Amino acid sequence: MSGNKEEEDPRINGIKTKIRVVPDFPKKGIMFQDITTVLLDPKAFKDTIDLFVERYRDKNISVVAGIEARGFIFGPPIALAIGAKFVPLRKPKKLPGETIFEEYELEYGNDRLEMHIGAVEAGDRALVVDDLIATGGTLCAAINLLERVGEEVVECACVIELPELKGRQRLKGKPLCMLVEYR
Amino acid sequence: MFAVENGLQGDPRLKAISDAIRVIPHFPKTGIMFQDITTLLLDPVAFKHVVDIFVDRYKHMNISLVAGVEARGFIFGPPIALAIGAKFVPLRKPGKLPGRVISEEYELEYGSDRLEMSVEAVKSDERALIIDDLVATGGTLSASINLLERAGAEVVECACVVGLPKFKGQCKLKGKPLYVLVEPREFDDITLYN
Repeated sequence: MSGNKEEEDPRINGIKTKIRVVPDFPKKGIMFQDITTVLLDPKAFKDTIDLFVERYRDKNISVVAGIEARGFIFGPPIALAIGAKFVPLRKPKKLPGETIFEEYELEYGNDRLEMHIGAVEAGDRALVVDDLIATGGTLCAAINLLERVGEEVVECACVIELPELKGRQRLKGKPLCMLVEYR
Repeated sequence: MFAVENGLQGDPRLKAISDAIRVIPHFPKTGIMFQDITTLLLDPVAFKHVVDIFVDRYKHMNISLVAGVEARGFIFGPPIALAIGAKFVPLRKPGKLPGRVISEEYELEYGSDRLEMSVEAVKSDERALIIDDLVATGGTLSASINLLERAGAEVVECACVVGLPKFKGQCKLKGKPLYVLVEPREFDDITLYN
């Protein structure tokens, strides 16, 4: 994992071939990395989860935070397999209880990510999960939310990285684990 | 049909699941007692019970496709799909899915919304399960059933963690059976974080 070709697990190529690239979505010039085609292949989906579970099961992770919405697909299976809590990080106004929020930049304007207060305890060791890392803005907001309540963010895990956007450098020094690069 | 009516009466897992759900009064508006499943997700044992009960029910029903309604259906659907060897198909708000999609409108209290599904999701002869966290009016699930049937799938059942009591017995949605684990919890002051 993490792009080291000599160590690449044979399951990774199977996952990579299932990712569908859709040009000009959601707008012209963007080559959209569609993971829904991975989910249509039970083996590829299972391999994706297994690769992350194998990495994290002995790392004493007590919280898996998933970023809405595609982080909700990958995060819970990982959390269940390693016995961790799952915490959804959501768009504004979706979470019903008391929340804290973190703003992050979009290409035009800002957006916010919210988390329930009291969801996690200070001192929990957390993993942040999303399907893809591009600029790293959303993941950075997620790390901030968790750190503000006293979590130790151990790592960020994504299926896909777009390395040219240098998102890895925006993770406040936290390591990134990814399965597939798209250049 | 509720789990207690179908072989799980007295199963302690159902109480653990119900106890783990938090009620938030007057969200998103006055009068609604919101059933918050995020507290269930903070309890790995109770969350696993939910998945185990659904997996036990569906693993021998030859389900090839699990469809989950955005966004909380994305939390419960994939673990079930993975355990039973089915594909997972996200049913999404408009404009989120790339490629060719079909869409179905459904009514809200004021106005309407739409649900979309990728046309590549369904091959022929699929047996589908639809998952969401909660069923109230059944509008979203009915739209989901329509999407899957329009694409040629056979919807075997709809499954939810929480359902209003009106779904007891043989109550069906568009002719499809519904399977629910627990009724909504009542609000009391101690249902905020334990």
